[in-house]
This record gives sequence, C-alpha cells and structure tokens, in this order.
Amino acid sequence: MRKLMSLVLAATMVAATLTGCGVDSPQTAPTPESDGQQAAPATDSATPEAAAEEFDWKKFDGEEITVLFSEHTYADAVEEKLDEFTEKTGIKVNYSSMPEGNYFEKLNVELSSHSGSIDVFMTGAYQSWEYATAGNLEPLEKYIGTTLTSPDWDYDDFIPAVIDALKWDLVPGHAVGSGFQWALPMGWEVNILTYNKRILNEKGIEPPKTAEQLLDAAKALKEFDGSGSYGLAVRGLPDWGTIHPAYMSMYSTWGAKDFEIENGKLVSKVNSPEAVAMTEYWVDLVKNGSAPQWATYGWEMCGADLGAGKAAMMWDADRGGYTQNTPGSSNEAGNMAFGMVPYPESAGKTEADMKSNLWVWSMAMNADSTKKEAAWYFMQYFTSPEFMLWSGVEKACTDTPRTSVLNSDAYKQSVAGAEGYYEAFSTISKNASIFFTAQPYFTETTTEWAKTLQDLVTTDKYSSVQEAMDQLKVTMDELVSDLEVE
Amino acid sequence: MTAKNKSNGKSELNKVPFSTRVRPYLIVAPSLIITIGIMVPFAMAIWYSLTNYSFKLPNHKFIGISNWVSMLGDPAFWGAVKISLMYGVISTVLEMLIGLGVAILLNNLNNGLSKVLRVLLVFPLMIAPVTATIVWQLMLNSSVGIVEKLLNIFGVYNFPWAAAPGTAMLTVIIIDVWINTAFIILLVLAGLQSLPKSPFESALIDGGSAWFNFTNLTLPMLKPSLYIALLFRFMAALQEYAIIFALTKGGPGNALMSLSLTAYQKGFKFQKFGAAIPFILVLWLIINIAAKRIVNLQRTAQKQAAGLEE
Repeated sequence: MRKLMSLVLAATMVAATLTGCGVDSPQTAPTPESDGQQAAPATDSATPEAAAEEFDWKKFDGEEITVLFSEHTYADAVEEKLDEFTEKTGIKVNYSSMPEGNYFEKLNVELSSHSGSIDVFMTGAYQSWEYATAGNLEPLEKYIGTTLTSPDWDYDDFIPAVIDALKWDLVPGHAVGSGFQWALPMGWEVNILTYNKRILNEKGIEPPKTAEQLLDAAKALKEFDGSGSYGLAVRGLPDWGTIHPAYMSMYSTWGAKDFEIENGKLVSKVNSPEAVAMTEYWVDLVKNGSAPQWATYGWEMCGADLGAGKAAMMWDADRGGYTQNTPGSSNEAGNMAFGMVPYPESAGKTEADMKSNLWVWSMAMNADSTKKEAAWYFMQYFTSPEFMLWSGVEKACTDTPRTSVLNSDAYKQSVAGAEGYYEAFSTISKNASIFFTAQPYFTETTTEWAKTLQDLVTTDKYSSVQEAMDQLKVTMDELVSDLEVE
Repeated sequence: MTAKNKSNGKSELNKVPFSTRVRPYLIVAPSLIITIGIMVPFAMAIWYSLTNYSFKLPNHKFIGISNWVSMLGDPAFWGAVKISLMYGVISTVLEMLIGLGVAILLNNLNNGLSKVLRVLLVFPLMIAPVTATIVWQLMLNSSVGIVEKLLNIFGVYNFPWAAAPGTAMLTVIIIDVWINTAFIILLVLAGLQSLPKSPFESALIDGGSAWFNFTNLTLPMLKPSLYIALLFRFMAALQEYAIIFALTKGGPGNALMSLSLTAYQKGFKFQKFGAAIPFILVLWLIINIAAKRIVNLQRTAQKQAAGLEE
C-alpha cells in the first residue's frame, strides 16, 4: 500500500513538473501550474542586482497566510521580522508558535485534517519523511528558480549536506539527497561535545578526543562537585530525541547502521557487532558517567545542568552548549569550550571517521494550502542570504545553513567568543549527515530504540546488550514490514 | 375509537396553544442534543477502531476486528491495563485516606488557622497538572532539587525517583496525591459540615468515645459524600495522562505506559488512530464498570444514612 502511495505521489509530481524538472537541479525547475508561468530564468536583466531590484515582491499584496512554528531561536528571529516582511510584500501573516514538547502532535492533527489551516510550518528532516509520504508536503521544485523566486535568493549557497538532508525520493531505504525538495533549512545542528573548561582544568582532565577518553573522563568526574554532579549530560527520554544526537553520532562513527536493504525489504541492523559494541559502550557511559536521573532528561535538562555547573560536559546539539555560554545566560557562561565527535580508537577509528548526525530545523509548505504562492514568498524571504546573515550575526542563529554567512567576517566575529566553536562547526559539518535510513516509521522505530536503551540502563530485563538488540531488531523489522523497497 | 371521536380529539389538540404543545420537546431538546453530541463521537470511535484510520494514509478502510485482536495479543496492552489500575487504585486510596484525615482535623479545628489552611490546601488544585509536575521534577532533581538536599541529611543520595522503573510509579503517585488530595478534602469537609448535630450531642451525653462517634455516626452519615469523592477521583486517576507525560513520557521503558499514554502514543505520535482507539475504549469500559459500582454503593449508603435501609 505504502509503495503504491509513494509511486502514485511520485508519478503525480513528475507529471506536474513535466520535462526539464531536474530534481537535483531545482534552479531550473518550471513554475507552478497554478500560476501558468513558464520555466525560465527568473529575469532577463543585465545584472543579478538589477534583476533583484526588479523582482515584484508586491505580487501577492493583500493575501493572508497562517504560519505555525515551534518555539526556538530561529522562530524568534522570524517573528521579529514579520512586520518588515508584511511591509515589503503586503502579505499579512497570522503567526503562532508553541513549545517543542507537543509541537509535532499539534502539527500532525492540523496536517491530517487536510483543511489547509496552516500554510507554512516548521519541521525536521525526519518528520518530513512521514509528512511527505502522507502527501502533506508541497514539493518546492515548483517554486525554486522560477519567476516566483527573487534572483538574489541563491539556492546553491545552501550548505550541500544541509539542503540535501531535506530532499528525498519517497522510497523507503533510499538515502536523502536525491528526489524532491520538501523543505528549506532555517538552521541546523551538529552534535558535538561541549565541555566546561573551568571544571576540567580544576580536575586536571584533558578535553576528551576519543570515545575511550570520554568514558574515562565521565567516570572520573562522577560527583565532582558533590551529590548530583556528574561528567556527561546526554538525553534519555523514551523518544527519538534520545537517539538522534549523541547516540546516533557515535553509532555511525563506530560504523553501525540502523537499516539495510535486503531482498526488497528494510532489515534492521541494530544487532550487528558494531551496533552491539557501541551500545555496550553507551550503556557503560550512561550508567557510570551521566546524570543519575538520565531517563528523564531531554535537551533542556542537559543544557540546564551544563549551565549550572552540575554537568562537566554535554554531548548534544552544538547550539545547546552555545546558548549556555552567551554572557548572562547561565552560571557557567564563558567557561564553555567545544570539542568534536569522540571516536572509538578501540574500534580502529580515527578523526577521519568522525560523523555527526544532523538535525535540520526547516520550514515547509502545506500541500493543502490555498495560498501557496504567498506562502512561498514567506519561505524565500526568511531563508534569504540577507535574512540569514542578520539572524546568524544578530540573533544567535549561529547554525547557519548558508555558506555565504558561514564564510562572512561578521559571522566569524560573532562566534569568536565561543572557544573552538567555529572550528568544530566547520570541521564536523564536512562529515555531518543524516545517518538514519529515510522511512516513514521513523518515530516508532526510534521510540522503541530509546526504550530499549532505557531498559538496558535502568533495569536487569536483559542478560546482555546483545539480547536486547536482538529483541529490538525483531521489533523494528516488524514495524517496517509493510514497506517495500525497490 | 370512531372517526368522529378521532376528529374531535384532533380538534381538541389544535385548541392547545402551540407553545404548550412544543414545550415538552423543548424541555427534552437540550438533553437530546447533548446525548447526540456524546454518542456520535462515541459511535465514530467504535467505527474507527474497526478501520486502519491513520494520518499517514489518504483513505482508510474497514479491517474488521484486526486492531482489537492485535491489541489483545500485545503484552504492552496488558501492561498498560495493569499500570492504569495500579495508578488509579493506589493514588485514589491514598488521597481518600489523607483527604478524610485532613478534613476531619480541619472540621474539628474550626478556628482562624483552619480557615487559613483551607485556603492554602486548595492551592495545588489551582495549578495545571503539567506545571505542578515540572515544579516537582525540579524539586526531585538530583543536581539542584530541594528534596534531594533534604534526603542528603538522612544519608540518601541520588534517589532515582522517576528515572528508575522501581520508583517511577511512586513518584507520579506522590505528585498526584499532592495535587488532588485537596479535592477530597473540600468534598469531605463539605460533607462533614452538613451532618446533623443532634446525634453527636446525644452521643456526647451518653459518653460515646471519639472512635465510637467516628465509626458509628460520622462514617455512616459521611459515606454518600465519600463515595462521590471516590467516584470523581477514581475516574480521573484511571484516565491520568498529564503528570506521567510531563515527567517521563511513559518511561523508563514501558514502566508508566498506561492506557491513556499508550493510546496517545499510537494515535498522535505514531499517527495510527485505528490502532489507538481500542485502548481508549477499553479504558472507557473499565471506568464505566467502576463508576456504576460506585454509584450503586453511593445510593445504598445514602438510603442507609437516611434510615431507609439497614
């Protein structure tokens, strides 16, 4: 059934975009059918600057769109510029945001109603696999590079790994990076080590570079400042959020995979020797070096403990550490420094093998929106190089998805206060990608995965990690059993 | 009846003013509308439980009792039933006992301090359960929590609270008791203050002990109020969602995956409504059976308190 849906949806999109719509070359994509325009260069003007000047930002003057975002630094930056957007385009925006905790559940309900009540919303790459499969997302090839796009909105300026993370061909098991562009990046996060240099200096511990050093340091820092203090903050709640940052980065660096395609089916590989060895390491790390109440820790608690000086290190999204380090944001602001991805020497890995799993906060268009062109104007305005330079430098949206911003002096200067941040971010970004297999049961499979980790850390339910991962493999295989892969 | 009589009857009816004729229907209409409002979603829920309804699919189809069979064969379902019942019974019993005790103390105290305490004790009820849970989460945190600091005085360090399966249930029940005991106190206190004074005065003259008064006068006459409090709390406790979700999202592992949490996860996180609804319908069935039993007990107690039944 799902295969059939994928094929039907893919066929519809292919038909809609006609010939010449190279999904890998969206700059040459044709215009939306609804607009009746032709695939053509955005302008005939002599210079890009002149063409940008000529772009008609008032084309949808008087329209009204609805936007739902998750509360986040990226969303705050957008909200601050809404009036300027309305002034420039004449498009009124009904903006609302809600905490991340229940954001996706609310979004699921809105999208599934197919009422078009929301025109633009925030999403992540993993969630977009589920939404795209369900037909909730508008493919953006219809807009990118057409006359509906300002010539100075530079698609090729997006960091390739980031923009590719939001592309997928709807075939379960196929890697991201090809197929349709389902969303545009607002910001992205690599998962690296943040450490409190004051605490490490006081305890005479070198910032860890390898997995073994990290384990030793985390164990040595247990109760470094009395009861409740500990070495390494990592997430532990029973959901996908526990798997995707540090765990998946280490898992991939170790050489393990979540799924592989065998005989036209997705087959879980969580019980492979690499996966089991990595998970044994992880359970040891959490049991002996992480928070006593790890199983209730989300990113907020990890960041809070790092900022309060109760955790000496944190392995999570880079901006989680960054925001604790900005002046006045926490007790330990100014004491943070940034490392990379600890790699397992014992497994024969080196710095070259470091991998960071990606998270991309992005904005997408509801396929049921009745104001798609106005919605596209909103999306291009708030992903433009100009806006992203401003938000990256002025509004702490430091995980910029645009190369031009990353290379700008203003940006480099704005993050210079965070020791090692620019080096880590720019280095890891070369080896960062989404290491999950794209498939529409992502939430279910990762929830089961996180629950297994919780059982391994907090109970004696399993006699060994191997037994737990064998059981998890059976569960995951069953969850994806109706998916067929070409 | 002859044709003539029929005709007379009809004309008699026509003589009744229109407003009088429609009055019975108008009186019944709100109840009818409410009943329809309740029954339509309920009937739809039963229908959806027989389909593969999912946010991920463009259409849904009838799949018979597959969702029910799958649920009954899933060990997680039986675990969820056990967790819901454990949570419901333990938290309600504790709240009833503490609520009754505090209400009797406040009733006997009946002075300025009692009035202040009544106001203070209601505070937890005014806080949203999610907010209260987050406050408790901070209080129980092993790094910065005040409870941890108090336990340290007694030599207890890093108590796991909600982070370990063995103590997670205890933790959510403590929070539930903290929030909801005030509800029992209010109801029982109102019941105590409505009791007739004369039986107690007679017992005082006859030299009845406090225990005698409590077991033979207070408790029998208070039973109807107690059953009302029990009914509301037990129903709400069986459905509890907010505290568990805010504290652990049902973890560690499946330690706190109650019927409500499981249905929520399947329905909203995994977007499989057809598979989620049977869990909620089973919860409804459990609550319905329990509520009917408690209502019957309350009716009997009311008759006994009124001296209509032994």
